[in-house]
Amino acid sequence: MQKNRLSWMIGGPQGSGINASAEVFAKACSRAGLRVYANIEYHSNIMGKHSFYRVRVSDEDLRSYQEKIDILVALDLETLVGDADHRRWPTHYGHLHEIDRGGGVIYDSEIGFEPPADRSDIRFFPVPFIEVIRTALEEVGKGDQARRYEILKNTVALGATLALCEYPFDIVADVILSQFKGKRSEIGQLNVRAAKLAFDYVRDHFDCAAFPYRLQPNPERKPRILAKGYEIIALAKLRAGCAFQTYYPISPATDESVFLERHQREQSLLVVQCEDEISSINMAVGAAHMGVRSATATSGPGFALMVEGIGFAAMTEAPGPVITMYQRGGPSTGLPTRQEQGDLRFVLHPAQGDFPHVVIAPGDLRECYQDVFSAFNWAEQFQLPVIVLPDKKLAAIYTTIDRLELTYDKVERGKIFTGSEWTPYAAKGNDLVEQDGHLPGGKKPGEGVNEYLRYALSDDGVSPRSRPGTPGGRFWSTTDEHDPDGHITEGVEMRTAMMRKRMGKLDLISRTVPKDQQYELHGPADADLTVVAWGSTKGTILDAMLALAEDGKKVSFLQCRLMRPFPAEDVERILRSAKRLVLVEENYSGQLGAVIAEETGVRIEDRVLKYDGRPFSEDEIVAALRERFAGRPEPHTEAVMTHVR
Amino acid sequence: MSVEAPVKRFTLKDYKSDLHNDWCPGCGDFGILTGIQLALQQMDLDPDKVAVFSGIGCSGKTPHYVKAYGFHTLHGRVLPTATGARLANSGVTVIALGGDGDGYGIGAGYFVNSGRRNVDMAYLVHNNSVYGLTKGQASPTLRKGKRTKSMPEEAIQDGINPIAMAVAAGYTFIARGYALEPKHLAGIIVKAIEHKGAALVDVLQTCPTYNDLYTKEWYDGADLPDKRSRLYKLDDTGYDGVVHDVTDEKEIVAKKAQAVVKSYEREPIPIGVYYQAELPTYEDMLRQRIPALDGKPLVDIDVFHRDVNALLEAMR
Repeated sequence: MQKNRLSWMIGGPQGSGINASAEVFAKACSRAGLRVYANIEYHSNIMGKHSFYRVRVSDEDLRSYQEKIDILVALDLETLVGDADHRRWPTHYGHLHEIDRGGGVIYDSEIGFEPPADRSDIRFFPVPFIEVIRTALEEVGKGDQARRYEILKNTVALGATLALCEYPFDIVADVILSQFKGKRSEIGQLNVRAAKLAFDYVRDHFDCAAFPYRLQPNPERKPRILAKGYEIIALAKLRAGCAFQTYYPISPATDESVFLERHQREQSLLVVQCEDEISSINMAVGAAHMGVRSATATSGPGFALMVEGIGFAAMTEAPGPVITMYQRGGPSTGLPTRQEQGDLRFVLHPAQGDFPHVVIAPGDLRECYQDVFSAFNWAEQFQLPVIVLPDKKLAAIYTTIDRLELTYDKVERGKIFTGSEWTPYAAKGNDLVEQDGHLPGGKKPGEGVNEYLRYALSDDGVSPRSRPGTPGGRFWSTTDEHDPDGHITEGVEMRTAMMRKRMGKLDLISRTVPKDQQYELHGPADADLTVVAWGSTKGTILDAMLALAEDGKKVSFLQCRLMRPFPAEDVERILRSAKRLVLVEENYSGQLGAVIAEETGVRIEDRVLKYDGRPFSEDEIVAALRERFAGRPEPHTEAVMTHVR
Repeated sequence: MSVEAPVKRFTLKDYKSDLHNDWCPGCGDFGILTGIQLALQQMDLDPDKVAVFSGIGCSGKTPHYVKAYGFHTLHGRVLPTATGARLANSGVTVIALGGDGDGYGIGAGYFVNSGRRNVDMAYLVHNNSVYGLTKGQASPTLRKGKRTKSMPEEAIQDGINPIAMAVAAGYTFIARGYALEPKHLAGIIVKAIEHKGAALVDVLQTCPTYNDLYTKEWYDGADLPDKRSRLYKLDDTGYDGVVHDVTDEKEIVAKKAQAVVKSYEREPIPIGVYYQAELPTYEDMLRQRIPALDGKPLVDIDVFHRDVNALLEAMR
């Protein structure tokens, strides 16, 4: 008997409601004190193509998915056997082969599935989905409309699952009802009824007690929330005082903006849907210059249009915007709804010339919150654009987080001119000129003149910003090279001084950002092997480390998070003192490896790379690491592909 | 017109920056700059409460010569940038401007979408039919078959009709001025700024260095037998471009059609207000959607202490 450790999957055509089913199930587990890690895979398609949602449940914290499934719920035949029968180039072979020994399949008895002889190690639970729906509808006098209510199949699937795991039905009923409020409460009731009938059907027709998986509420319930990455990022934007968000629809970034749009009324947040990403970024830059905290959200193809705006913001020292750049499979349109860590090098060098900006890649939902919150502070403290680099996986994973982890809260707005802090004489650029031994045109601006200069040459590169409308704070600003007034210049001294002013901010950022937000070395100090990785693989690697620890293997993990400015010295020290290094990335070329080589001179030759558009499973990382302990000792590049047959 | 003009706080000098101007002698940009400064002075706007945004090109330098907040942005992106600024702080008068290449070529998408958005903002286009700063290539308003002295061959792409495009895009104030008549232009700019909604002012402009077709003499009609100007003022003809009853869809369509027909008149070219309708602005819609914006610019709303407990509760 396996209690409170379950890997459940529902599969069906896009549009069949598997999201609702999986998310209600996840919520019902989370509310009962269980930990949940759920992830969805879907096609870039509105209706019809195969999608699946995996929900992993446990008493312990979960940070990744496993390949083996304990219970598979199939709304169609393709979920079981794949699409090889009707596609010239099959995209998958179904999930039947992924079911663990002793596991089970709940499927619609209408789909024409015959349990194969070679899977006598698992149990099959055919359920007459439409019959159950018809019975529920008959009770409200709509028995003849069962085909119109096919969407209820996802609820039937849920009810059947609960019976099999002997999970208390009431918890689920509450969750369902809480999703259908007001006018829709009747539909909620219908859903509960359909689920209950399915629950009863399975309990009455199958020997549930013999099925070896149990789910029971955890008596030590903690106040947790169950959220997706984009929701946490949106929350961080709200908490950080973001007043202005622009966007152009693009997967997988749109959800964040739509979430914010939904709450703009009560949260006083202006969300503008733009005509394209060029408009999005420039509107956000314009708003940032006016003194509001502004942001935008996009994915690779949209970011490709935004790049000139990044240079614009950096050159004019705009206090923002904050850009959440959700990576997806590239290149070009690539894999719109799939996972890849393929845009690191792109966001590090997005536009022409040398300019400062910040890039940070959070590794989990807690870090998404912290990094997005910090991003708004940094944008204003350092007056530059800040890119936060999550990905499809972080956007879409649905997982439990301790509520207390969302308390990071300090707003820093940087240097602001309020009307009387005149620019000091030295900051007008004269000390630089004097060092070089001459004055331009023999002129020397008089001391004691009350004057505000937006681009004054301050020691740390940051000059006080003025909010347009502030009396005496008038300034000019240009994307051309400029002088402290903000007027165009092509003079050599001023050009040199301004480049140093802007680029010098990178040192200031390195000194200001807390070390533990720049990188983190997880695991034992005396590890025999050190994994080097970044972003959303964090949880998978941490889970794999636990498995390796059970083998008695000492593995540590260097998580790189602040990508620009890169903590080169510290990273180099850690890398040079490690016994053996393995780079783990979800891209073709090992982009972090390239950044590390550029910044530290350390080349990591042992690499585990995956670029099939799916995130690493825990099993894949465990296998790759075990191989390094047991198998080939020499460094090599290993391309991992999701197990499809 | 009132007989007693109210005492003004600001003189023309208060809108002039002391930066050395590097436009070519005789550039039409001087007339547009003067038109802007005259308009600001007529409206007695506090220079600290005005922000001028520009694109890239000769016209892009205009904000540097105006004493106000000045933003010299990217080529073609002045409208989104100015829109973001305007929406962030409605307490500041935002004026956007740029060249014809900037607005009708590389920025054409923003030109169209700013019309349908109807943000309360004036947009001035310096229309001289050439790309001046890159030495005189054809701009999107140069007509097919024309060739300025700076072009190796005649244009084989046709010019667009910005007035007709603005009508179709949804601008609620559409006018045309002439750079070398800065006082008349200033009057139009005042109306454009005062208009509640997206206002396009297409300004016919000479480029003495590269455009030898549309010169001051050409506009003056110096080559015509009767020396008749190639421009005439709509105001002098009794033309009425204003929609008087904005609830009357028929009147709106009729006034739009009238503006489009006018926009195809050539030699003489009409200048003045082609079309105006006071329709709900983007900001009006936002105020309905976000109650806190009523009477308060976004930048002044305290959004640093948001209560997200209800959102967190929904995630339980």
